[in-house]
Order: sequence, then structure tokens, then C-alpha cells
Amino acid sequence: MATEINNTDFEIHSLDATYANEPQIEHKLYSNIKYLLVGSIFGIVFVKSEVVSWFRIQEMFRFQSFHMYGVIGSAVIVGAVSVWLIKRYKIKTISGEPITFSTKKFNKGQIYGGLIFGLGWGLTGACPGPLFAQIGMGALVVIVILLSAIAGTWVYGKYRDSLPH
Amino acid sequence: MIEFIKQPWPWYIGGPLIGLTVPALLLLGNKHFGISSNLRHACAICFPAKIPFFNYDYKKEIWNLFFVLGIFIGGILSVSFLLNNSPIQVNQSLVNNLAIYGITDYSSMLPPDIYNWEFLFSLRGLIMMVGGGFLVGFGTRYAGGCTSGHSIMGLSTLQWPSLIATVFFMIGGIIMSNLLLPLILSL
Repeated sequence: MATEINNTDFEIHSLDATYANEPQIEHKLYSNIKYLLVGSIFGIVFVKSEVVSWFRIQEMFRFQSFHMYGVIGSAVIVGAVSVWLIKRYKIKTISGEPITFSTKKFNKGQIYGGLIFGLGWGLTGACPGPLFAQIGMGALVVIVILLSAIAGTWVYGKYRDSLPH
Repeated sequence: MIEFIKQPWPWYIGGPLIGLTVPALLLLGNKHFGISSNLRHACAICFPAKIPFFNYDYKKEIWNLFFVLGIFIGGILSVSFLLNNSPIQVNQSLVNNLAIYGITDYSSMLPPDIYNWEFLFSLRGLIMMVGGGFLVGFGTRYAGGCTSGHSIMGLSTLQWPSLIATVFFMIGGIIMSNLLLPLILSL
């Protein structure tokens, strides 16, 4: 199994070279239920805050409402303060494991990929998270958006080495 | 109280709650918030096709699939119990602009004029949904994250590549929404 040597992924912590070497407790599959619970609450917040709304995203990109900027901005502030507290007090996970962070290197993917994603976001009015909530809300056509997003990821994976990073 | 909850939540309630997902996931198991990686896990699990990018120990990331399953459930719970039936209040300039393209139904926060099969199979629908979805999947993995992974988690951990990514997310969206979408909606 080839481990990612050229790791450009900010979201897969287990691919970090440093993290992979840390001793880890074996977690059973059912311990994933807690992530299901957090996800459900998160999904509810997404819907209730209308983050999943195509209208709100259009308003955001046209500067017709502060709402989405307020959501993202206050989320970042709360996230940043909590990360600072965790680091400051060396807080551990509920199982007593250390909480680790890594600094990711920049690559041009942030620019080109960022633009491409932004274009898609402006079209669909949804970044990946809302897609799952929208399907749950009954907008079954979003299944098609999700499938084409997976296809987009697959094509990226296939041609990655020919793209500028 | 329940009527109050059923109203749309303002940014200063929703935003901080979303922000709390960051410490919640860290405390639960040193998990780093980020959603678009699930698109990669789907490829790794279902169609890796010997592509190196999809060759990794996805079993370590199963937690994230549970997380997005939770988001899906959250969507179900919201529409079942937590929404009132008022139309969504949208900026009047946007309403006026969208009316030109036949988008006039505000009875749901997900525009019924767009989220239907008939629209999907129109030319503009295919571009928006299939094309847009493709760009989202391609772009997020190329950038190494989406709004959750970069804009929220990345900025919370003060990573400047995430700031750059967020800036370009916004530039892309602004270009699309203001310049290109009107052309597409006119098709």
C-alpha cells in the first residue's frame, strides 16, 4: 500500500508523516457513532443557518448580504480560539490521546484548485458539506451533483501528476 | 420556544456552532475537520483503479464517512421537525435579478425552480449541477480542501495556504456568480 509521498491534502491527517508514526489506540467501529452524532448536529446547524441555501450563496458572492460572511467569520473565530486553548493547555482527546497539528506546505493547488472550486461553488451554491444535508432535505437531484463531484475528484486523482502544483 | 427554533438562525448563532465542530472533532479523537476528503475516500473505496492518489489507508478515515452520514441525517431531522414553512427572505436585488431567468419560487431555501429533475436535464441545469458538481469535486481535491477544511479548519489553525485557498474560493465564486452565471442562466 503506497503511502502518499507527495501529500497535498489538508484534510487527511493520517497521511501526515509525523502523525503516522504516533502510537494510536485501536478504536472499534462502533466508536464512530460519536462522529455520526456530531455530524447530525452539524447538519442541523447547516440547514437552520441556511448555509445550504443556493440563494444565500448567491447573496454572498454578490455582496448582497452579510449573513454568510458572518457565519464563516464567527466560525473561524470560535475555531481559532478553541485551537489556541487546546494548544495552550495541552488538552487531550477523550481517550487520553494527544491532539496534534501539522503545518502544511503551500502548493499551487490552493490557487488553481481554489479557483476551480470557487467557480463550481458559485454554480451549485453548495460546497461539499451542504450536498449531504440537501439530499437529506429531500432534494434528490443533489445526488447527481454529488456523483459528479466524486467524478471530478476521480479525474483530478487520475491526472494529478500533469497538473501544476 | 420550538417556534423560535423553527425560524432561520442568524449568523451569530450558526457560525459559532459551526466553529465548535473544530474542537469537538479534535477532542473526540484528534480528527481534523474537513469534508471534501470524503469525495476522495469514495473514490479510494469504490474505484481506486491503481491510481496512487486513491491508494492510502482509508480505514483510518472512516470516521469522516460517519460524519457526513450524520450531516445527511441532520438534513432529514431538520425538514421533519425544525423548519417552519415561511418563504426564505432574500435580498430584493437578487430577487429582481433572478426573476429575469425564471427563478421566482422562494417557498424553500433550496430554490424549487432549480432543484427539480426537469431543470437538471435542461442545458443550463446540466451545466450548473453536473458541471458545477464536477468543478467542486475536482477543485476541492486540487486545493487540498473545501470551505470546511481550509476556510474553517485551516484558518482556525492559522495556516496561510488555507487563507490563499479561501481567497481563491471567493474569487472563483464572485466571477461565476456575477459574470458567468447570468450567461448560463440565459441558456
